[in-house]
Amino acid sequence: MSGLDFDVAHLLAGSLVLVSFLELYQDRLYALLNVYAAHALVLAASVAWQALIQDAPHLYVTATIALIFKAIVIPVALHRMIVRLGVHREIDKVVGVGPAMLAGMGLVALSMVVMLRVTQEADPLTREDLAFALAVVLLGLLMMVTRRNAVSQVVGFMSLENGLVLAATGAKGMPLVVEISVAFSILIAFIVIGIFLFRIRERFDTVDVHALDRFRGERR
Amino acid sequence: MMIDGWAVNALPGVLVVPAVAAALLAILPNYRATARLNVMATTLTLICALSLFFGKPQPGPYLLVDDLNGTFIVLTTFVGFTTSIFSASYIGHELEIGRLTPAAVRFYHTMYQMLMFAMNLALVANNIGLMWVAIELATLTTVLMVGIYRTHEALEAAWKYFILGSVGIALALFGTILVYVAARPVVGEGVDAMVWSVLVTRAGAFDPALLDVAFVFLLLGYGTKVGLALLHAWLPDAHAEGPTPISAVLSGLLLNVALYALLRFKMLLAANPAAIAPGPLMVTLGLLSLVFAAFMLYRRRDIKRLFAYSSIEHMGIITFAFGMGGPLANFAGLLHMTMHSLTKSAIFFAVGHVAQVKGTQRIADMGGLTETHPVLGWSLILGVVAIAGLPPLGIFMSEFLVVSSTFAREPPLAILLVAGILIGVAGLFLRLNSIAFGEPRGPAAKAQASYVPMFSHLALVLVAGIYMPPALVVWFQNVAGLLG
Repeated sequence: MSGLDFDVAHLLAGSLVLVSFLELYQDRLYALLNVYAAHALVLAASVAWQALIQDAPHLYVTATIALIFKAIVIPVALHRMIVRLGVHREIDKVVGVGPAMLAGMGLVALSMVVMLRVTQEADPLTREDLAFALAVVLLGLLMMVTRRNAVSQVVGFMSLENGLVLAATGAKGMPLVVEISVAFSILIAFIVIGIFLFRIRERFDTVDVHALDRFRGERR
Repeated sequence: MMIDGWAVNALPGVLVVPAVAAALLAILPNYRATARLNVMATTLTLICALSLFFGKPQPGPYLLVDDLNGTFIVLTTFVGFTTSIFSASYIGHELEIGRLTPAAVRFYHTMYQMLMFAMNLALVANNIGLMWVAIELATLTTVLMVGIYRTHEALEAAWKYFILGSVGIALALFGTILVYVAARPVVGEGVDAMVWSVLVTRAGAFDPALLDVAFVFLLLGYGTKVGLALLHAWLPDAHAEGPTPISAVLSGLLLNVALYALLRFKMLLAANPAAIAPGPLMVTLGLLSLVFAAFMLYRRRDIKRLFAYSSIEHMGIITFAFGMGGPLANFAGLLHMTMHSLTKSAIFFAVGHVAQVKGTQRIADMGGLTETHPVLGWSLILGVVAIAGLPPLGIFMSEFLVVSSTFAREPPLAILLVAGILIGVAGLFLRLNSIAFGEPRGPAAKAQASYVPMFSHLALVLVAGIYMPPALVVWFQNVAGLLG
């Protein structure tokens, strides 16, 4: 593998982690969706580059899905949805920017330590990709637990999923990558439709303890 | 030879029948016809599954039948079959009182068959990627069914299940990718490196560190679907808010399917001597679930929630047994899994009818059940006695085996195990007392119930507790040996 191939792949995967950090401190939903679109765009570029250097044409399908579905259709749909739900002006923050960023850095360090240590045998490209992918996955999880609004939790889940696609394309020659990315897209489509149909704004936690009791069917 | 040829055709049967039925049920409008078609389809699937006993097809790159998943498939299709009978009368009642519209029922039946398809696919999958896709499909269909009543509570439950389940399967996918990365240098690129039967024979040469990390992700991911403690938050809500047949299928079957996926990967790790032993991790999570759920039983006020926590407790015991490993503990785990599936679905059949006649799921509003509805009341008592693990029923035997095999090897763990089980039993009986006895409360109208599925499950559990046919014992021993 030539130096340039590796460097570009490294750059793109690293950018994905960087964009994950950008998502972490967006507290306006509009801005968050824009950053997510950028996230998906970087993913599409990364997958397309992998398709080129691995000489694996089927990965172009995954890249196209990322580009059209994740970078365009989903953000546009969510943009409209949050306007309809009337939550577009809401500020969504549970943890402050500082602690969230610190936790994020800790998670990235963790994934580097874990993945680089266990993949010493694998080829360098897979190694780097897996380490970055785990970082993106963990940052996505972090976003899901630090947010309260359903839409931003879904954005967290979708960026987590982008990390998985990065891992799957980085694992050279992995079969079923396209099928898995299609299955995931269906899942995401369901989630997005779910938000709209069910008009879910917030979940898991509410300050109103009575509402919680009623929801659990366990009021005395 | 005839029989062999039959079995080769029977494997697609367990997949094609539910898939075709799902398509048909999506088109047909008439409720009575569709309920009957649903039962017919599950019967046919069960026959196909049983015929797998008479000769197994060769493992292909995508599908595999061996004695391990054969057991799971038969259990799944059997409970799927009895639940479809129960579901016909349950859904009929829901339609009558207007809780479900005919369109929702059509949707429900389609999803029921889709779920059967997904579970069977996950069980017969030889490809770890395909297995993942099947479990994702099973999650999606159950999410849709949990939310079918469209109440605020049901939607919240479905949403919670959806998000937690999605995170779970996302982590499982990362683990699956890591297994592929570990296999690639040994097996080579392409489909073979994801085929379980190939992986398990070559796992000795895989990079152990990668396998370790992969297993942690798989355990967390599929463990979420098993409902192990700390990852269980979706489970009680999903059980309580969905239609009761789905609670029965979730507890009795879907949790097993996720556990089955974990067992396959455990076998993979066991084939590599340098990798971590998966046992202690599973033992820890299992015990944690058991003790946690046992304490949670005490303050339940919703009857379906009560039994949902009991499912967490029992999945904890089963995971514990498989984590201990060895022929005896595996045997006990398999037996416990089978008995738990049969008993818990029977309990949910009873609970479904009880909730319908009483018009509520609140325990406080359903006292004196043995007086108002003796058949339902006493069946529920028998079910709870069975699930609590009292002799002479089947769960007593399996729990006894789990405990005694643990005492022989790790006495401190056995003490924790016994403590957890006893705490759970006390909690269950405390609640049962207020449901079954005391001042009769709520409506006393006659139940329009189909008792056959419930009775047949309880009878099987009773018979298994008294007399296990030697052939069955040999079969379970054989499967326990496979699990290592």
